[in-house]
Order: sequence, then C-alpha cells, then structure tokens
Amino acid sequence: MKVLAAMSGGVDSAVAAARAVDAGHDVTGVHLALSKNPQTYRSGARGCCSKEDAHDARRAADILGIPFYVWDLSDRFAAEVVNDFVAEYAAGRTPNPCLRCNEKIKFSAVLDRSVALGFDAVCTGHYAQLLRNADDVELHRAIDVGKDQSYVLGVLNQDQLRRSYFPLGATLKADVRSEARNRGLAVAEKPDSHDICFIANGDTAGFLEQRLGHRPGDIVDITGTKVGDHAGSHRFTVGQRRGLRLGTPAPDGRPRFVLAIAPKTNTITVGPRDALAVRGISAIRPTWTAQRLATEWSGEVQVRAHGHPIAATVWVADEGLEIVLESATAGVAPGQAVVVYDGSRVVGSATITATQA
Amino acid sequence: MRRIYLDHAATTPMVPEAVEAMTRELTRVGNASSLHASGRSARRVVEESREAIAAQVGASPAELIFTSGGTEADNLAIKGAFWAGTEVGRQRVITSMLEHHAVLDSVAWLGSSASAKVSYIPADSAGRADLSALSEAVDSETALVSVMWGNNEVGTLQPVREIAATAAQHGAISHSDAVQAVGHIEVDFAGSGLDMLSFTAHKLGGPYGIGALLARRELRLAPILHGGGQEREVRSGTLDVAAAAGFAAALEVATKKRAEEERRIRELRTDLVNSVLAAVPWAVGYGPTAEGDRLPGIANFGFPGCSADAILMLLDAAGIDCSTGAACSAGVSQPSHVLLAMGCSEADARSALRFSLGHSSTRADVAALAGALPEAVQRAKAAAAFA
Repeated sequence: MKVLAAMSGGVDSAVAAARAVDAGHDVTGVHLALSKNPQTYRSGARGCCSKEDAHDARRAADILGIPFYVWDLSDRFAAEVVNDFVAEYAAGRTPNPCLRCNEKIKFSAVLDRSVALGFDAVCTGHYAQLLRNADDVELHRAIDVGKDQSYVLGVLNQDQLRRSYFPLGATLKADVRSEARNRGLAVAEKPDSHDICFIANGDTAGFLEQRLGHRPGDIVDITGTKVGDHAGSHRFTVGQRRGLRLGTPAPDGRPRFVLAIAPKTNTITVGPRDALAVRGISAIRPTWTAQRLATEWSGEVQVRAHGHPIAATVWVADEGLEIVLESATAGVAPGQAVVVYDGSRVVGSATITATQA
Repeated sequence: MRRIYLDHAATTPMVPEAVEAMTRELTRVGNASSLHASGRSARRVVEESREAIAAQVGASPAELIFTSGGTEADNLAIKGAFWAGTEVGRQRVITSMLEHHAVLDSVAWLGSSASAKVSYIPADSAGRADLSALSEAVDSETALVSVMWGNNEVGTLQPVREIAATAAQHGAISHSDAVQAVGHIEVDFAGSGLDMLSFTAHKLGGPYGIGALLARRELRLAPILHGGGQEREVRSGTLDVAAAAGFAAALEVATKKRAEEERRIRELRTDLVNSVLAAVPWAVGYGPTAEGDRLPGIANFGFPGCSADAILMLLDAAGIDCSTGAACSAGVSQPSHVLLAMGCSEADARSALRFSLGHSSTRADVAALAGALPEAVQRAKAAAAFA
C-alpha cells in the first residue's frame, strides 16, 4: 500500500511509521503544520507542532529512510478546530478539539488530499485497533486501556476507517517507547504531549479569555439564588469544583460543583455532588462507524476521553440518541462526545446536548 | 534510482577539478595567517585562488574578500555599507522586491533595528526592477542601493549598469547580488560601475561554505565578524584553504567553458519550455521572453488550479528534483515573493515551480520531466479540492 504516515514529532507516530515500513508498505512521512504561529522550541510537555517537533519528525523519517514533507493545514485547523473550540465554550459547552481534529483534519482534509495524491491509507500513532472483515472494518479499543484513543476516533465512518491504519493498537505504550529506543529513534525519550496541542502553555482559561474577553456573570445555586460571581463561563465545565471562589459555604457545608452553564444569561449553576449524578443523556448528530444501530440497543457508552465504559440502553432516532445509563455517572458536559461501544468495538458517537438526573 | 536533478539554481554538482583541488589541499597543514613556512604555504594557496577568481570577474585581488558564502557576502555588503554610511549622515537603504532573502531580510533588519529608512523598488510583470522608481527614491540621504544581477526564481537580468550609475550620481554605494550570474554569464565587476558584488562557489561547481564579496578598495565597510583581522580587517576568521582552492578551480572551469555552455544551456532551456508546454499546454511561463533578458538556465511555470507543493511531491516520488518559492526552515512553502512582486495572485504564486538547468543537465532530464508532468499535475489538480 502507499501509506501516508502522519508524523507529529512524537514517539507514537514515529513508531507507527516504522511499523508501516517494516510491513512492506511504500511509506511517506508528513508532518502536519497546524499552528499559525509555531513556536521554535517545544516548551515542556504541552503543545505540539513547534518547529522543533517538525524537526524531530524529519529526523525520524531520515532514520526510517522515507520521504518527508510538511503540509501546512494551519488555515483549515484554525477554522475547523480552534474556532469551533472557542465557539463551543462561548455557547456554554465543553468541546473536544482532538475529536474535531480527527473528524475534520486528520481523517478528512488530510485523508482526502492523500487519496487524491495516490495514497491508499493514512497511518497514525493512535492507540486503537482495526479489524478488517470481508465487508467492513471494525474499530476497537486498544490493548493498552490507559492509552486507548478509540473514543476520539469514534467519529470516523466506514470510508474513513477503510483508509486508516493504526499500527500501535495491540501494543502497550511502555513497549512502544522501548521499541523506539531499539530502532534508534531519538524521540524515544521525548515526553508525551498533554492537553490541547494549540494551547502551548496549558492555560486554556487565558486562551479563551483572550478571544472571548472578560465576561463576568453570576453563580447561582439550584434555587436560583446568587451565591457568587465568575469572570467568564468559559472558565468552567460541568462537574468542575476548582475555581468557584464562592464567598459563603454551602448550607450543608459540603463542596459545590458546576451543574450547568447557561450561556444566554451567562450564569453558572452550582450544587452538591449528588446533583451531578446523570442517568440520562441526549445527544445529536450521530455518526456510525458501520451499521446504524437498530432503534433500541443495549451496550456501553463512554462520555469522557479517559472515562470508563458504562452499561446503557440507547434509543436511536434520526436526529439523535437518547441514552439511559444503568448506573449514574457524574460530570457529563454538553458538547462532549458520547461514544457507543459493543464490547471493545466502537459502534458510533454523538454530541451530548443535555443530561437528565 | 538516478535522480533527475533540475534544481541547479539551488546548488549544482561540484566539478571534478574542484573536488581534486580541495582533496589535494585537505592534507596541507598551516593556518594561512601564521608567519612560519607551513602558514605561508597555506597563504600562498589562498592568494593564488584570490588572484585567479578576481581576474575572472573583472576585479583586482585587493577587491576580493572571502566569506562563508553568498549570504554572508550580502550581509557584509549591506550592513557594512550602511553602518559606514551612517557615519556620514546617510540612512536610506534601497533595494528591490525581487531580492533573495539574504538581501531582503538584511535590509529589513536594518529598518527595524538600526533605524534605516528603507525603500523597496517594485518590479514589472517580467521581473525587472523599475528604474524610474529607483531614480525617484535615491537621494543624498541614500547610503546604499542593492539590486541583484539576475533573479534566482524567474531568471530576469536586472539593469545593473544603470542602477550603479544612478546610485553614483547621488553619492550612494551600489551593490549587486550576482550569486546566480557568476560562472554562467559574463560578469565584469570593473565594467559594471558597481561598488560591491557578491557571489558564491557552490552555485558554479565549487564547494559550499565559501563565497566572495568584491568591494572597491576605498570603500569603508563595518565588519560583521571581528577577530584576527583577516581580509582587510573586514572579515575575520581563519581562511578555508581547501575551499578557496576548490572555488578557484570551479570558476576556472566555468569560465573556460562559459561561452559554449551558455549557448548549450539556453538551447536546453528552450527545449524544456517547449516540452513542458507540450505536456501541459495550460501551464503559464513566468519571467521574460527574450533570451537577452534572462539567465540561461532558469524556467518558472505556474500550473493554475494546482498546489505546487503537491506537484513537487509527486515529481519527487518520480525521481525529479525541482523547486517552489523559497521554503522556510520548517519546510512549509510560502508563495514566492518574486512572483507576488511581478503581480501574480497568491494562488498563482502557490502554483508555480522552478526548473533550473546546469552543467550536468541533458536532454534526458528534460524528457523525464515532460514524461512525469502530466500525471503529477492531474493528481495535484484533484488534490487541490482538499486544502
């Protein structure tokens, strides 16, 4: 196969590319330049795609003996991922930019461009497994449960999965690092990048404030009584406890958590931990990795990138999904994805719009 | 797989004579600045190289300053002349919008960090600097005028004599980046009227890492490199003896063969242009049409509706080396500032590729390019729909 290996400059994508080469494919390495203003050096473990990262990817490609290019997708990334991220927060929701990037950039813009240029598949260092059957491709969790990234790949459809290639799904992260070492890849010792790739200093609140401005508003309790002030609803997400700075303690003396964010009134509602409990989830814009589910179905769902699966029943309609969880979970934020699993297999995903106790 | 190399304007293979000269000198020990016999023997090689090179470009040996290459020579010319000029109250620097970044960025830096007043002369659609704009811009405050001899992206020859004369009329120093010209066409420093001229070895079959700034003896230049006081105390640093020998050997070969080679390359270029247009009839040629107006070996084509990056990648995979506009260090191509200065839209500039011929180029290279282009361009067009 002619494979385009997306190489971020990190150890996972480097080893993934290496395995694609070993598997006998005709591999070309591409670093995606996603930032409008790339830093020259990686500062710590946050952020990605600095010039140093491009350099690290280039050196890994040298060692693998494959051609290497840098593709500038910064305009599309800004429009589809960064702007969407800011808009979602402005609307009082909690976005997942990695999901949006997979959906719109890595397995869309990049994949489509690659196919037009003659490639058969895009290879990445994602921790997920693909099972290719006669008629379809199944997306499954990775063996390394702690690193499993099937959640952020849950938005992919069959066409996209058919042209995807995830060599690392059956390997533990620790083993990937030692493999990198054995292969002589300098990135073996490079720390993983955390958090959001386009917020290099990790200060999401600051990033959003720069774009959304200072928007003070009220913090209220479940009766609607004002209990404090906030500097901007984008600083908060459902389930959050930190940063509330409420002047007076709650009547029951226990900690309070963000229950809801109302962007129109710029109000944050807080309450006790048990008010966070969610049994029902409404979600829209479902995508299916293969067959759309029948109207009523039981399996598991995951509501956070690193959350555990929860047994649930899913009702499917054209507009969306209604999900009832068998056991309550806390801190489910509108805007996040709910990914539906059948055992280790990803069935589909949808965007959470509302929750019910 | 043998590469089809069509990027001679970026660099060109070292000629065997230069490799031989360098190899011979690599085993010599002696710092050319030392007073003893070993030093003097190294110094002799440097001076003989200097004399040989200078003679071939119409300069006296005293006018030739060895540098680490064309970029350093440009930097030294521009910054050195500006700083010397400020001492006599001159603060304006004029250059064209067609220059290589070694000139453009040096000038821009003087503007932002050293309070130079900077003027940029525009170009016409064929890539020629506008002489009347220059006449308007130059004044008694002008320290330096710098315009290249021949453009590296589209090949346009600049009216260097007129530029030098205009500068001289106002007491301004004139400089020309002749990196693409020396060794390929006749370059006569004395006859040009210029005060300074830069060139480099690796563009003419010599090694990387060495170039020259020709500067009239009476010119005062502020040094960029301070140290042991080598090269008229204008450019300190231990001289690269082997590289100097390689430089001289390469230029000697180039000069001896130049008349014939220039003719051969111009014919081969015509062949390339015709072949490209036969393969892709809707390709657009950028640069001047008359032979007399351009460097021999550079051909620039736009492929409307395509991303040149995509074509380059596909040609690369087919074994063909060519170039888009100046790429920055991160590897992401920017649209050519030269094409933009010539009036191209950004989209058109992003669709342009440069093919350049050199001493090792043959008809087979041209045929290979014509053979690979149709499919490459077709795929690139399909890919253009996606970012």
